[in-house]
Amino acid sequence: MYSAIYMDHNATTSVRPTVVDAVGDAMAVIGNASSVHGPGRQCKRILENARDHVAEVINCQSENVIFTGSGTEANNLALRGLSGIPVLASTIEHASVRSVIDHEKIAVDDQCVVNLNQLTRLLQKQTGRVLVSVMLANNETGAIQPVKDVVRIAKSFDAVVHCDAVQALGKIDVDMIDLGVDMMTLSAHKIGGPQGVGALILSPAVEIEALIKGGGQEHRRRGGTENLPGIAGFGEAAKQVKSERTNFSKLTILRDQIETAIQSMTGRAAYSSSVARLANTSCLSMPGVRAETQVMAFDLEGIAISAGSACSSGKVEASHVLSAMGLGDDDASSAIRVSLGWNSTQHDVDRFIDVWKMLYNRLSNDHVMAKAV
Amino acid sequence: MGIDMTLVNDQDIVMNENAASYGSRPDLGPLPAIYLDYQATTPTDPRVVDAMLPYFSEKFGNPHSTAHVFGWQAEDGVDMARTQVANLIGAEAREIVFTSGATESNNIAIKGLAGFYGDRKNHIITVATEHKCVLETCRMLEHDGFQVSYIKPKKNGLIDVSEIADLITDKTLLVTVMAVNNEIGVIQPISEIGSICRQKGVFFHSDCAQAFGKIPLDVGAMNIDLMSISGHKAYAPMGIGALYVRRRPRVRLKPLFDGGGQERGMRSGTLPAPLVVGLGMAAKLAMDEMGTEHSCLENLQKLFLNTLDEADVDYNINGDRHDRFAGNLNLSFPAVNGETLMASLSGLALSSGSACTSAAVEPSYVLKAIGLTDELASASVRIGFGRFSKQDETVKAASDIAAAVKRLHKTND
Repeated sequence: MYSAIYMDHNATTSVRPTVVDAVGDAMAVIGNASSVHGPGRQCKRILENARDHVAEVINCQSENVIFTGSGTEANNLALRGLSGIPVLASTIEHASVRSVIDHEKIAVDDQCVVNLNQLTRLLQKQTGRVLVSVMLANNETGAIQPVKDVVRIAKSFDAVVHCDAVQALGKIDVDMIDLGVDMMTLSAHKIGGPQGVGALILSPAVEIEALIKGGGQEHRRRGGTENLPGIAGFGEAAKQVKSERTNFSKLTILRDQIETAIQSMTGRAAYSSSVARLANTSCLSMPGVRAETQVMAFDLEGIAISAGSACSSGKVEASHVLSAMGLGDDDASSAIRVSLGWNSTQHDVDRFIDVWKMLYNRLSNDHVMAKAV
Repeated sequence: MGIDMTLVNDQDIVMNENAASYGSRPDLGPLPAIYLDYQATTPTDPRVVDAMLPYFSEKFGNPHSTAHVFGWQAEDGVDMARTQVANLIGAEAREIVFTSGATESNNIAIKGLAGFYGDRKNHIITVATEHKCVLETCRMLEHDGFQVSYIKPKKNGLIDVSEIADLITDKTLLVTVMAVNNEIGVIQPISEIGSICRQKGVFFHSDCAQAFGKIPLDVGAMNIDLMSISGHKAYAPMGIGALYVRRRPRVRLKPLFDGGGQERGMRSGTLPAPLVVGLGMAAKLAMDEMGTEHSCLENLQKLFLNTLDEADVDYNINGDRHDRFAGNLNLSFPAVNGETLMASLSGLALSSGSACTSAAVEPSYVLKAIGLTDELASASVRIGFGRFSKQDETVKAASDIAAAVKRLHKTND
């Protein structure tokens, strides 16, 4: 086992041991869930059992769950499956949502929370039916969005509402009915499940056209043989999330230790710290030190963090989320994301704080000296 | 009416009696039924599972996390798998795009080409016996103004290549023909089709879900521009597949969906590193063992048919007898009620058609396309052999089928 400390759970979480077992068990069952013979029916039972667990964790009916190959696919299915309806989304959405938007975006304030007044104004300008897409919690800052308010406003304009809950599930309670959204995106590998499986939850009021056409699986909404081991793992992870729902907030204690220590040195709080936020996520600037430099230095010290979301972390451009919050280039380019997970420990946090202080003293001094020269 | 196939020498059969008679092929242990549905899905090879496991535990990182060692470890696994998959089909690693499966690959290939080149060329040529996902995608494109020619295969399931040549016009964008049919196992003349397409400047896509890892494939020699690959038909897990996309001459695709821009923008979404690694290992095993495995499958097929012949059962083989994948048999039993037959074979896991459609009771469109009557199509079963099939089970399965058919004949009398 590699001994490095993993603090990038928003990119992907380590897979829970019971999930690995569920995946392994499902791989040992031979058959295709669409086959009518004995092994095929056994696969079908595993599939439907997992569907029940996923439905239960977000309080919806099992038949509303469409399994996909990823959260990205689910977002695309939600936004493209209602063809012809323009999409109105916030500026802080995941790349898979932003890539579909052809319309004006809903701005956020400096705490990374969507501006509801602007949402109303944008909806007033629309002539036909629109689809509003707002994520439940932001992947970079952890800021929780007022989705119930978004739904209330959007519904008064007869809009359809989609919510990307990929980063929220497992970290806060997610209730499809209470939120009142029409469509919701989930991903297994952000809750300790395996990579390669996601889901779109569809309220009975909405019908969509399949993006991947094929053998008619998933009630004709997603063709292709179901990824049975992956789905079984997703089901198990959902079951775990439901059983430990109160434990996650304990991560706040660990997270706050990090933020308090850093604030005492820099005088600066974490981004979005004055609004409701995921318990595990901290987005922090080390003044004067570029994020890439920090990330590399932390890696050398055996700590894995990131400079933004994983899919774009290879790129050098500043985070679209931090820009949307109005951060200047200096602040945005010096921000890192620390995200804790179900297996994070006090030791991890202590070590992170030690390394952060060491790097701050070393790197920011370098920076000051470089400026002086 | 049996078939005219030379009887297998008993000696040959004995030599292959043990399931682990070649290579280091592991044994799966006891199964709840005799599994004869290898075209629906294959068991995941235990060696593939072993290769995947570290990527569920210590190497669990997101392969797109470029900032730390967890990401790099996962990325290394993905890179290795990309090379392994490419090697098996004579491609370059960077020409492999990982997807969730062959259905997605087929969708990306066909819609992707249509999306990119559709304003210039709007004609597609395919075959009436393609997989449902290819046909459905083509029908969707017809709604969008494309013209699609559906070639009807000959009675043996094979297409006449000259028909393709005749159908190609200056508006033809794509010819899409599967290599091995999922129901009747016939192998289409892929090289010939590829060379015609290359001559005429038309893209050639082949759905190789049933062929990858089973028969030799070479994108260069076969002039294939796009190839769909499935993991779970080749002893890798479900939920993973690939699309080969030729770089020279370059093939451009409009992605089916967008996001983080992974897989060179052609397929966004976090790559499932454990599944990708599994597909890579499956490709490597196929590379090492395809030859020996193929002769094993041929033996099983002969053994199965011999057993039926010895029992003097009346049957027809659907699809060409020679140009077929040895791991597939599709048999019709004249004057037998198909549903009753299937119901009486509950100890055998086999299918009356492809898995995705076998829940539906209508007779197979593939069998109807090669000229079977509804009645005969309904009285057909697909028998699939594979890496873990055993000789004693094969004989038992054939004997059970023979007994059931005879019993049903008797009831008819």
